[in-house]
Amino acid sequence: MKALCWEGVNKLSVERVPDPELRNDQDMIVRLIAGTTCGSDLHLIGGYIPAMRAGDVIGHEFLGEVVETGPGVRRHKAGDRVVVCSFVGCGRCWYCANDLWSLCDNTNTNPGIGQALFGYEAGGIFGYSHAMGGLRGSHAEYVRVPFADYGAFAVPEGIDDTSALFVSDSVPTGWMGADLAGVKPGDVVAVWGCGAVGQMAARAAILLGAERVISIDRLPERLAMTEKHIGSETIDYTSTDVAAELRERTGGRGPDVCIEAVGMEAHSDGPMHLYDQAKQQLRLQTDRPTAVRQAIHACRKAGTVFILGVFAGAVDKFPLGAVINKGLTVRGAQQHGQRYIPMLLERIEAGEIQPSHLATHTLSLDQAPTAYDMFKHKKDGCVRAVIRPGP
Amino acid sequence: MGRLNRVALGLAALTAGVFALRRARPPRVNGDRAGDRWLTVTINRPPADVQPGGALPAPLDRFGDRLESRVLPAPGNRGTELAVRLKETLPALVTSVPARLMGKDPRQEVRTALRDAKALLEAGEVMRPDTPPTTHHTPAGKVVGLLSRRSGGEGVL
Repeated sequence: MKALCWEGVNKLSVERVPDPELRNDQDMIVRLIAGTTCGSDLHLIGGYIPAMRAGDVIGHEFLGEVVETGPGVRRHKAGDRVVVCSFVGCGRCWYCANDLWSLCDNTNTNPGIGQALFGYEAGGIFGYSHAMGGLRGSHAEYVRVPFADYGAFAVPEGIDDTSALFVSDSVPTGWMGADLAGVKPGDVVAVWGCGAVGQMAARAAILLGAERVISIDRLPERLAMTEKHIGSETIDYTSTDVAAELRERTGGRGPDVCIEAVGMEAHSDGPMHLYDQAKQQLRLQTDRPTAVRQAIHACRKAGTVFILGVFAGAVDKFPLGAVINKGLTVRGAQQHGQRYIPMLLERIEAGEIQPSHLATHTLSLDQAPTAYDMFKHKKDGCVRAVIRPGP
Repeated sequence: MGRLNRVALGLAALTAGVFALRRARPPRVNGDRAGDRWLTVTINRPPADVQPGGALPAPLDRFGDRLESRVLPAPGNRGTELAVRLKETLPALVTSVPARLMGKDPRQEVRTALRDAKALLEAGEVMRPDTPPTTHHTPAGKVVGLLSRRSGGEGVL
């Protein structure tokens, strides 16, 4: 079959790879209907995520049709249209049983690497390096889905492919950020980043009752999209002092909840960006935490900062003093999608969440390297490129 | 990518791998030998399921009398703590980083079996990686492949 492979730093190509096969009784094979580029893919494409191998198939956010099930699969059958959570959960370890699915104990087949990096390994994820399990990614014609009864969800007929696709990762990731940050009625919430995850976090905050939601980015088309489709206020950080603006819009208090949806390759227009970029390129730090720093400084006293963006290692100039002296709660997580996906499908069916506008471009699998080039460089207003293997 | 770059990337990955192996198993500190420590997992099942009839669960049972074990209910309703360690004293050479890179440290086999026992008891199967892992064989990729093969037997358990 054809698949999009990582061939080295900033080098992708579509190649022929062996078809996936059932490796466990609880596996199933899915024929891809659609996948999408994700900002976190850019980190591994750029060489910032350790333990990638030339020839690795990337991609983790996808929708497909079941073509084969193992004898241990009970909830799915051939022909079902399913959205598959990007993280794989066994469903029965303590973490899965407590709805902390991305921390599953039994789905990272390379636990020693993750334990060396993080102390304890995260669960497995499709197409996201050997530190995260080494599972093949979804930018392919077919994908093997382990523990399929727990990670795949039948899509109701009333939901179109594009909307369903984003329920694999962007929508639940955004929802989780607002939910686990404890957003409640009356809160003022600031969201750094107007990519797909940031927009979905803003939408979740609105649906959870936030009084005001303020989204921050530098790209005019994304700011306009967030205002139009999400209903959030916006700030363009290239023309506005973000901290001062947030203070002014919150009566001098600062936001109750700050959600960072940017990740390790954050941009800014200040000298800190040059400093962070130089240190990252020299491998003196692995990640650029620009938006995290800003969120911690901007947050009100005793507020909550939730880190949704992907970080891989160590950062410099982390404002720990602000965390301690302002009494902040700082949380982060990879997405626990299985916890939210059924509810999110219902909300999409009810029209409360409409993510299809995120798909600004649609390309074939053969054009996937072009899709990532457009996505990485934000060409033609690209927010998400949908990749369709079929006609 | 040029050949020199690929070799450099391979060497960097190897260095990182050795560092990771050392990091995953701390060296002897004030007489605390890592090789003497119990290897431990918490299994989200009651003690009776973890040690039915007093025997160790599969695949740990294949070690027979070579292992000593202890089983305790985990606090906070988290299931059962299962700890095992080899009875034999292992020479330093057998537990060295080179031996572990070659997969010759017997504790790697125990650690893998402990993880597999947990997965079998909780999820009913041990998730297997996709195969083949890649169709390309670069120097850096071979190092990552080696680390992946050793990974199941390494870590902080």
